[in-house]
Amino acid sequence: MTEPIHIPVLRGGESYSSLDRAELTSPRDGRVLASVSQANAGLIRRDLRKIHERAAVLRAIPTRDLLEICKRAGELFMTASLPIDDDGPAQGPDDYVALLSETSGLPHTLCRRNMNKVRTVFDEMEGILAGLMRGMDLSVVDTGFGEHCGVRVCYYETTDALGVVLPSNSPGVNSIWMPALALRTPVVLKPGREEPWTPLRIIRALMAAGCPKEAFHFYPTDHEGSATILQGCGRALLFGDEKTTAAYAGDPRINLHGPGRSKIVVGEDMIDDWREWFDVLVASVVDNGGRSCINASTIIVPRHADEIADALAEAVVSIEPKESSDPDARLSVFANPKFAEWIDATIDAGIEAGGAVDLTLEKRGTPRRLELGGSQYLRPTIVRCQSIDHPLARTEFLFPFTSVLEAPQASMLDALGPTLVLTAITRDRDWIRELVRSHSVDRLNLGPYPTSRAEWDQPHEGNLFEFLYARRAIQGGAEC
Amino acid sequence: MTDLERATREAAERLDDHVREIVQWHFSEETGTPYWLERAASLGFDPRSEITCAADLQRFPLFDGEVLRTLPHEQFVPRAYSGRPFTIFETGGTTGMPKQRIGWEDYKIDYEQFSDTLSDEAFPPGGYWLMVGPTGPRRLRLAIEHLANHRGSSCYFVDLDPRWVKKLIAGREFDQAKAYMRHVIDQAVAILENRRVSALFTTPKLLEELSERLSIPGAGIRGVFCGGTTMTPQTTRFLVEEVLEGEVEFVPTYGNTLMGLAAHRKSLREDGYSITYQAPQPRAMLRVTSFDDADRTVAYDDWGRVELTTLTREFFMPRFLERDEALRRRPCDDYPWDGVGEVRPFGAESSKIVEGVY
Repeated sequence: MTEPIHIPVLRGGESYSSLDRAELTSPRDGRVLASVSQANAGLIRRDLRKIHERAAVLRAIPTRDLLEICKRAGELFMTASLPIDDDGPAQGPDDYVALLSETSGLPHTLCRRNMNKVRTVFDEMEGILAGLMRGMDLSVVDTGFGEHCGVRVCYYETTDALGVVLPSNSPGVNSIWMPALALRTPVVLKPGREEPWTPLRIIRALMAAGCPKEAFHFYPTDHEGSATILQGCGRALLFGDEKTTAAYAGDPRINLHGPGRSKIVVGEDMIDDWREWFDVLVASVVDNGGRSCINASTIIVPRHADEIADALAEAVVSIEPKESSDPDARLSVFANPKFAEWIDATIDAGIEAGGAVDLTLEKRGTPRRLELGGSQYLRPTIVRCQSIDHPLARTEFLFPFTSVLEAPQASMLDALGPTLVLTAITRDRDWIRELVRSHSVDRLNLGPYPTSRAEWDQPHEGNLFEFLYARRAIQGGAEC
Repeated sequence: MTDLERATREAAERLDDHVREIVQWHFSEETGTPYWLERAASLGFDPRSEITCAADLQRFPLFDGEVLRTLPHEQFVPRAYSGRPFTIFETGGTTGMPKQRIGWEDYKIDYEQFSDTLSDEAFPPGGYWLMVGPTGPRRLRLAIEHLANHRGSSCYFVDLDPRWVKKLIAGREFDQAKAYMRHVIDQAVAILENRRVSALFTTPKLLEELSERLSIPGAGIRGVFCGGTTMTPQTTRFLVEEVLEGEVEFVPTYGNTLMGLAAHRKSLREDGYSITYQAPQPRAMLRVTSFDDADRTVAYDDWGRVELTTLTREFFMPRFLERDEALRRRPCDDYPWDGVGEVRPFGAESSKIVEGVY
């Protein structure tokens, strides 16, 4: 039997082996795959006292050089054997995929797709920064001064470190914090319990590519440690459910990433052509195993809801659980089997309450929940809800699930509620103007684009540059 | 027979002798304690003739701590002490009516014995001490001062009211709890910046907080005597290596008003920073009992609930189940009787226990 891998704490890039360890096990057979060093809150607090000096090391490197480092890191991330601990074997890309799949439940195909997404962020970092900084010259990050559209600008750092409390649902989520390094801001990461692999591999790739180790803090930790990161870093990103994020609501230093509740709405002008862009609906529901906050969990149409829901159910009903290594696998294993049971029971209770029908269940004739090879899966589920107020109508679950509703176009905007990504399939200019003005919508896709599609020059869930840098009014000092 | 086996046997014999003496004392008409004299009739055995060794203490039922909240103190005054005013000590962070223990000289004896475990290098005789922790009605305050005095030293005090902290945390008034912590630390910093202090008593959290404000060795501290809340091996290592910068002697302790003070085994580093405490036997004994059956002692290195028996002329309390769990540890050369390892609140594995700063 092979020894479990040790995943260390990283303190300014230095590995630290804690006496407090958590075991990372395979949800399939309970094997211990890794022993994860846990950082106590005091240790994190102590390290944060040194963060200013550590930030200075990173800030000594020009942004242009950091972009080159990112490019090299992308290549290393995809191909190199990178260390996990200082001792012990290095981890190649195939080992990374196998372990990531084993602990997070994602099939290998989706792990590799997410790997490519991370690589794209490394490669496209310049374009990403251009999007975040609205085309401003990157030297503004280096010097604090510059000119933009003929106007003199001055920016300063709002923090010496970006804290990030990460989830376990999808490796692609790391793309949100990665630009912080290129923006010369050290990161303080608390990985998701089942997914330490990706943030650690990103860090190791950046370090191997020449990014100073002082920029990296990696703290598997408990609730107290997470709170220390959130409160101790000048700026932080918190991923979690509503219960987790509620405690920090209203704190401008903390950017909350709760449930996405992404949606698709269709206008009166285009609904009759729904078969033309039907694939967009399917992709929005099933991409990435339906696990992302950018998967559509609600589709609202002005008419044809029954037909659309029926066609969606028909399209997804053939997606069945397969072994993680199967190249055709599209569904993820639930790392926590109890969570699958809870979701299954919640949907059943919603159906039994009336006002909603599970069309996939009727077509498939087999239960939603399935155990295969010791793993728990949930099969894709399309629910036709009669009302937006139904408990299943605006609910997000960690698998391909969506509700289809019918509502007049005029009432859709009020019905949305918080929406991370909204795909609006319409050409109605008046309605588009209303959608653009909505405070409920974070990212707006105008036209038949899957909710899961990301364009890297557009900010996702807040603008990281504006979060990490503030503009200062300036007069004089033209020689700077 | 190895030296350790011989020492263990001798320690057990001393404990048996002491048990017989203390039971005779508390159950005799001349010296006995009213509470125990009354209880004797309902025990179903004659303690004076039938309790002949430590193992026989198992015949007593578990001690009902509630009587320390409800019965008049006079019930616990041994006749031998009749008419002598006593001190009243209360248990730590309890809210509501606390358990109270009365006493005369016990705390002095306990802490004088404990003093023998301290080194003169870390706790130099004559050097000043600072206690930052619960004073008020707790035994600890007088005991620490007596310990300092016993070593030729004097002690400064900064109070912390753990009952208030518990209320703040239970009421989710975290800002107030932080402000109170800051208030306590401010006072400690003021003392350390203006007086020459060589030894410190505090809780792990306050120690860490204090180190955020100043360097503990830099402030002249040579020994830290620390207790009150759980210390996992990682916490202990962190305190020793980073908070105390590897330069200050760290003396973790486990104790309360009902027991006295348990010392720790010196082999902290060799034991991977897993702390083992040793009861001040024979004046108190600790047993690690099965979670399901308090009559059964668990095997070595297994977890169980801590049972305390206090055996002094002032106070007899057999088989009190503490609100703590621990690993049962084997006897060692310095302490040839069972120890309790990695003590933590009972049920800590299954639920998050609020310990506050105490």
